[in-house]
Amino acid sequence: MIRWLLLILALCTVPARAEEVVAGLSQDSISITTSFDGSEILIYGAVKRAEPEPEGAQLGVIVTLEGPVGPVTVRRKSREMGIWVNTESVGIGAAPSYYAIATSGRLVWILDPIADVTHRITIPLAVRAFSGPIEVSDARPFTEALLRIREKEGLYRLDEGAVTVVENTLFRADFKLPANLIEGDYKTRIFLTRGGQIVDSHRAAIYVRRVGLERWLYVLSQEHAALYGLLSLSLAVLAGWAASEIFRMIRN
Amino acid sequence: MQIYLPIAEVSVNAFLLLGLGGMVGLLSGLFGVGGGFLITPLLFFIGIPPTVAVATGANQVVASSVSGVLAQFKRKAVDVPMGLVLLVGGLIGSGFGVYVFNLLSRLGQIDLVVQLSYVVFLGSIGLLMFQESLRAMRRARSGAKRGKRHQHTWVHNLPLKFKFRSSGLYISVIPPMLVGVLVGILAAIMGVGGGFIMVPAMIYLLGMPTKVVIGTSLFQILFVSAFTTLMHAITNQSVDVMLALLLILGGVVGAQFGSRLGGRLKAEQLRILLALLVIAVAVKLGLDLLIRPADLFTLSMGGKA
Repeated sequence: MIRWLLLILALCTVPARAEEVVAGLSQDSISITTSFDGSEILIYGAVKRAEPEPEGAQLGVIVTLEGPVGPVTVRRKSREMGIWVNTESVGIGAAPSYYAIATSGRLVWILDPIADVTHRITIPLAVRAFSGPIEVSDARPFTEALLRIREKEGLYRLDEGAVTVVENTLFRADFKLPANLIEGDYKTRIFLTRGGQIVDSHRAAIYVRRVGLERWLYVLSQEHAALYGLLSLSLAVLAGWAASEIFRMIRN
Repeated sequence: MQIYLPIAEVSVNAFLLLGLGGMVGLLSGLFGVGGGFLITPLLFFIGIPPTVAVATGANQVVASSVSGVLAQFKRKAVDVPMGLVLLVGGLIGSGFGVYVFNLLSRLGQIDLVVQLSYVVFLGSIGLLMFQESLRAMRRARSGAKRGKRHQHTWVHNLPLKFKFRSSGLYISVIPPMLVGVLVGILAAIMGVGGGFIMVPAMIYLLGMPTKVVIGTSLFQILFVSAFTTLMHAITNQSVDVMLALLLILGGVVGAQFGSRLGGRLKAEQLRILLALLVIAVAVKLGLDLLIRPADLFTLSMGGKA
C-alpha cells in the first residue's frame, strides 16, 4: 500500500511529460517459412496522461515501420545506338528495404515539417544520403524513381488515417507486410503529436527471420557455397534420372 | 499455393513454377532441345532476379540433360573422346563466362548483355533453321538428292589431328575445342545448355554424323552446365535450389509427354515449329530493347561498383 502511494506521489510530483505513449505489438518476431505469404502486424497502445487532456491543439499518432537499411543503386536507361541501355547511375547510401507510415489523420495537420526533418518520419526523409561521388547533374529524378518504384511494389507506403484513435486515448494500427520481405530487424516508431509538435515517442523492434528449411538452405548457400552447389547438382541429377526411370517403368 | 524462394527472396506460386517447367519440358521433349533458352527469359518475366534466373536455369539444364544422356548412352550414340574435347573447351569458356557475368552484373549491364546475346544467337539460329527446314521440305517434295556432305574446308587443315572413331572423323582438336569454349561462355552468361549452337556447329563445321551429334552434345552440356551451376553457387550464391526443384519436377514430366507427342509429327514440321519458336523469343527480347521502357529507372540492391 505504501509502495503504491509512493508511486502515485512520484508520478504526481515529477510530471516529466504531460502525455506519454505506451504501446505493444501483436508479435515481436516474424518467421519466414516456406509457405510465407506476407504477414499482418498490429501495433496498439494508449496515451497516458498525468493531468486532464490539453485543449485546443489536435492530437496525432504516427506509427512507422522500417525494414533493414542498405545501399541501393538507381540506374537510368537512355537510348544508345537505337537500343535502351543503362547509362547513368546514382548510389544511395542507406534506403530502408521496407517503410510504412500509418497516421491518425492528414500528415500536414498532425506533423510539423521541422519535427519531420529531425525525426526523419516521412518516406523521402527516411531515405538517406548518397554514396560515392554523384556523376549526374541532377540526382533528384533518381531518388524520386527509387520512391516511385518501391511504392509501386508496395514496399514504401503512407496510409493517412490508418491509425484509429478511440477517445483520444487508445490507438491501434494494422500493418500488412508483403510477401517479398527481407530478413532483418524491423524498427517500429510511434510518435505522439500535439499541434504538429512531437510530445513523446516509443520504439520497438520486430525480428524477421527465415526459419526451418528456408534458414538452413540460405545459411548453407552463403557459408558452404560449394556444398550447396553440389547439393543442387545432386538433386538435379537424381530428379533427371528418377524421372526417366519412372516413365520407362510406366511404358513397359 | 505460394512458396517463398530462399535465394531469390520472392514468394511465387508453386503451381506457376511447375506449370512453367512443364510447358518448357513439353517443348524440349517435343523438339529435343534443353529448353534453357526458354526457361531463363520466362523466369525474368515472372520477376525472378536475372542473376538467380541464369544460375538456376543452368541447374535445370543439368536435370534435363541427365535423362537425355542416359538414353543416348544406351543407344551408343555418344562420341566420348569428342565429348571430352568439347568439354575441356566448355569448362574454359564457362569459367570465363562466369567471370564476365559477375563483372557485368557489378557494372549494371548484365541484363543488356543477356538480352543482346539472346537476340543475336536465337535470332540467327532461328533464321538459319527456318531457311534450312524450308529447303528440306521443298527438297522432300521435289524428290531431289542432297549434295555431297563431306566437304573439305579449312577446318581439315589444322594441326593436332586426332581420330574420333564413333564420328568417323580425323580432324584437329582445335575447332571442337573452340566450339566448346563458345558454348561454355554462352552457358554461363545466358543460363542455357547451348545445344542450339553446338548441334549445328557439329554438323556443319565439324562434319559429324547426325546419329552421334545429339548424344555427344548432351554429354558436353551435362558437364558444362553442372560446372556452371557450381561456379555460380560459389562465386555469387545465386542458385535457388527450391526454384530449380520445382522447375525440374514440372520439366521432367512435360518432357516425357513432349517426346511422345513429337513421335507423331514429321521431322520437317517439328523443325519449322522450333525455328518459329526460337525466332519468336528473339523478336520479343529484341523489341524490349528497341521500345522505350515504361520506366527508365531500375533499382538494384547493393552499392556502386
